[in-house]
Amino acid sequence: MSAAGPEAPARTQPPEPIKAIPVRHPGRWVTMAVIAVLAAMAVNSLVTNPNWQWSFQWENAFAPPVLRGVVTTLWLTAASMILGVALGVVLAVMRLSPNPILSGAAWFYVWVFRGTPVLVQLVIWGNLNSLYRQISLGVPFGPEWFTFETRDLIPPVAAALLGLALNEAAYMSEIIRAGILSVDEGQGEAASALGMSRMQTLRRIVLPQAMRVVVPPTGNETISMLKTTSLVAYVPYVELFFQTSAIGSRTFQPFPMLITASLWYLAMTSVLMVGQYYIERYYARGSVRTLPPTPIQKLKMRFGWGEPA
Amino acid sequence: MTAATGVAPMVRAEQVHKWYGRFEVLKGIDLEVAPREVMCIVGPSGSGKSTFLRCINHLERIHGGRLWVDGELVGYRQRGDKLYEMRDKEVARQRLDIGMVFQRFNLFPHMTAIQNVMEAPVRAKGEAKEAVRDRAQALLDRVGLGDRGNSYPSQLSGGQQQRVAIARALCMQPKLMLFDEPTSALDPELVGEVLDVMRQLADSGMTMIVVTHEMGFAREVGDSLVFMDDGLIVEAGDPREVLTNPQHERTKAFLSKVL
Repeated sequence: MSAAGPEAPARTQPPEPIKAIPVRHPGRWVTMAVIAVLAAMAVNSLVTNPNWQWSFQWENAFAPPVLRGVVTTLWLTAASMILGVALGVVLAVMRLSPNPILSGAAWFYVWVFRGTPVLVQLVIWGNLNSLYRQISLGVPFGPEWFTFETRDLIPPVAAALLGLALNEAAYMSEIIRAGILSVDEGQGEAASALGMSRMQTLRRIVLPQAMRVVVPPTGNETISMLKTTSLVAYVPYVELFFQTSAIGSRTFQPFPMLITASLWYLAMTSVLMVGQYYIERYYARGSVRTLPPTPIQKLKMRFGWGEPA
Repeated sequence: MTAATGVAPMVRAEQVHKWYGRFEVLKGIDLEVAPREVMCIVGPSGSGKSTFLRCINHLERIHGGRLWVDGELVGYRQRGDKLYEMRDKEVARQRLDIGMVFQRFNLFPHMTAIQNVMEAPVRAKGEAKEAVRDRAQALLDRVGLGDRGNSYPSQLSGGQQQRVAIARALCMQPKLMLFDEPTSALDPELVGEVLDVMRQLADSGMTMIVVTHEMGFAREVGDSLVFMDDGLIVEAGDPREVLTNPQHERTKAFLSKVL
């Protein structure tokens, strides 16, 4: 907006900064008070009620069998998620393939493994030797080349892993398929126009971008898997939940040991959530102009420990 | 269409037809583009000009006629009088020589500018990274973005993104460049910087087919102009001729709206 006169008036001095009374939030104080009271009540009951058996829990929470169980739970979660994601990618790509046989097979897989209880699947894998004494490799109705005792081929650890991973793959394939579909069509076109093959396009262009959509639900799946591992007791295979329950029934204190197990799961979940946060940040690069600071960076900035980002 | 005598055309289309379901998008396109020629294709939206452009690198399949790039049939192999569909790999190989620039840039958002430029030469052509990096940097310099190599697309303006996209296509050292409305998604003040890069490219002797609404560019840079409407080439010739003295009613009607 130019001024009325022939010359624009020279800016003499900047206007005074606005001094206004900020909006009050009385509701916040009320809710804070209510929540503080409720929290105090909860803490009070946890501390004073002897039935929680905190000292008993503390004595047993770090017993060697429990710690071994924690380790088993962790690696079982990691291994079945890695296998599940890998197979899930394959299934998702098959499902989106123009080849009707491949996409049909993937659809069928998801239908079966997602549609039946994972508990049943674990029981079947764990007891496969009662269904099939031997497993043979050969031509159907024809000669057999190799024959294995099922019990030797699928020990409990393999049954646990198979049951969890194959079930997870069905869920992961749908998550990954959604991620692939979320990537703009122009991306694949641009890669094709540059002469990149279908596989190169998928691996280098589409999947990395799909990850942004895939990571949050995968974090969800990982946390869910952490607790689903407790079902491998039905294989049977020994992990955290099995161990805490064993202590619980041996000492006739099943309930406190359930809490102990829950606290362990809660602790592991917390660690996984931190991991998820950083993975999400990694795949957000390029899609946001500047990444928001991490909580640690925020702390550092607030206390002036580091240079502002 | 310069009837360049004796020079093999870079692109030749013969009665190219295409349908989307029952809708006939291309109703028999015939044209020739000579090496080093800059051809601009104009026309109302829905006239099939972008579709035709996308047929040239087989992003779209043609349903009738023949289409050659540098003497090679696009998307098909002919033995005797039988046509064989090409495998994905062969199609990909054909595309190595044809650069394409899109209306919406389609840069890879998870890669920096220079990674965008380097990706295809390294992955699709299998060239050594170091050599490609030098070439990519030189191309970014050439489009005026030598210092933005480490920026992600989201940190660049539309004009800058489109210039990176041009550098990305050029890094494949194509024989032919296709531009699909390269300035249509840009703010008006950013159009010039992209057109400048394209003008430079035309001066360097690149064969270019440009689908555009920039009549000024067509007049100044184009060697030939094709006006398409309703899936057909209505009028073609020297851009200055066609733009100032259109012969066909439909051309006149279109130009009166855009000029």
